[in-house]
Amino acid sequence: MTQQFYVSPEQLMKDRADFARKGIARGRSVVVLTCREGIALVAENPSPSLHKLSEIYDRIGFAAVGKYNEFESLRQAGIRFADVRGYSYSRDDVSARGLASVYAQSLGSVFTTEGKPFEVELAVAEVGEDPYTDRLYRLNFDGSIADESNYTVMGGQAEIVNEALSRTWNQDADFGSAIRTAVQALSATRTANGSGDGQAPEPLGAGLLEVAVLDRDPLSTRGTVRAFRRINTVELDRLLSSAEGD
Amino acid sequence: MAPRDPAASIHQAPSSSFTDHLALHRPELLPSSRSLGPASNGSAGELAPQGTTIVSLTYAGGVLMAGDRRATMGNMIASRHIKKVFPADNYSVLGIAGTAGLALDMIRLFQVELEHYEKIEGTPMSLDGKSNRLAAMVRSNLPLALQGLAVVPLFAGFDTQRRTGRLFSYDVTGGRYEEYEHHSVGSGSVFARGALKKLWRPNLDEEDAVRVAVESLYDAADDDSATGGPDMVRRLWPVVYVVNSAGNREIPERELQELSRELISRRTAAGLEA
Repeated sequence: MTQQFYVSPEQLMKDRADFARKGIARGRSVVVLTCREGIALVAENPSPSLHKLSEIYDRIGFAAVGKYNEFESLRQAGIRFADVRGYSYSRDDVSARGLASVYAQSLGSVFTTEGKPFEVELAVAEVGEDPYTDRLYRLNFDGSIADESNYTVMGGQAEIVNEALSRTWNQDADFGSAIRTAVQALSATRTANGSGDGQAPEPLGAGLLEVAVLDRDPLSTRGTVRAFRRINTVELDRLLSSAEGD
Repeated sequence: MAPRDPAASIHQAPSSSFTDHLALHRPELLPSSRSLGPASNGSAGELAPQGTTIVSLTYAGGVLMAGDRRATMGNMIASRHIKKVFPADNYSVLGIAGTAGLALDMIRLFQVELEHYEKIEGTPMSLDGKSNRLAAMVRSNLPLALQGLAVVPLFAGFDTQRRTGRLFSYDVTGGRYEEYEHHSVGSGSVFARGALKKLWRPNLDEEDAVRVAVESLYDAADDDSATGGPDMVRRLWPVVYVVNSAGNREIPERELQELSRELISRRTAAGLEA
């Protein structure tokens, strides 16, 4: 039997974290932000059918970046967890906090015990009665969990998007302007990695975006308890072009 | 050991059915996994409240379902407020006659089943798919049905592919039958069906369809003691849902109250045995 080389736990964890970070950095970014009308989830995603955003439960949405097969299995597991919980207790007993801590557990145990860590970052958002009761959790590949307020950015060039959002985010925005703000912030990455000749970035078109919202009061506006709603390309086109008319 | 074929594990991937997931991981939560023990000769039904009459009919552009509000236990009225018609998802409704407790559980499970599929797959289930899932659920209840706890649903929905309202009935073995024009289940169904045959006509508009449903339930309540009629004292009216291309809509109580009053006064004026 061959002798195994000794690797210190610090080095092992650092290598795994670097590996996961590299994987995530290759992906396009996702923004989740709260506003007056609810929570908007905006992703740069050219695929019309492989979603990065999803409904988990009545008031809970999900956004992810990284490896598709990995976050897709986490998404499905989250839906199963929420549905079993809501079915065996009550629909009111399903919370983003509970879901986020389950995700943190499984990401953490994969990070430390499996051969390869998940190359994903997740956001779990729960829309509240008012913006102060909105819940926004960001989960890292190692299971670390952050309770964010206002907005969160994940993915390849999160710093650039984060910086753009910190200047433009506004709590009183409606969905239209919140989505436009997010799209502008996501578009900011395009100059950074482009020619860099100081031109204004070409904004992302509706075809390159995946957008969904969590309505604050879906029962009175749509007659359902399910807050999650996808914004289709036509509607998104209209939303984005109305900004240019301003 | 032979090398494992990675593709062979595809069929073991988690399914998009909530019921299958429960059966695998939390079987005790399934309504059908309750066991009554060996001793029985079909008498358990007398111990539990029974829901009664549901009617359903197609009309121009959609389909309608209505149920009375009474549950009985033997010769007693167990509830005057029970609801037996529920939306299953945005484009379908479900009414259940039979053992009330099991029926309500089955409705709840079916609602989660459809929503779960929609969330996992990112697209709603087809109407045929929904009606087949319901058949499987009824079939899994067969052991309990044989002990007297039968549950018989009626399922109606708008088929978004064929652009038409469709209607399905079931038997306790999970047999699924597509019905045309109209159908009724439950103890008062024989009388309701008679009324439906006389009152239904092709291309009813929505308002007339609601009227026909209320009238057929009235006829069922008139002759079947287990079916409740409009309750003027407690202001209880049937539960009526319509499904069309715009989705489900519950007919508001105000309209049903008006319809019921008009119906009663018309019959009062018509004569003694109207």
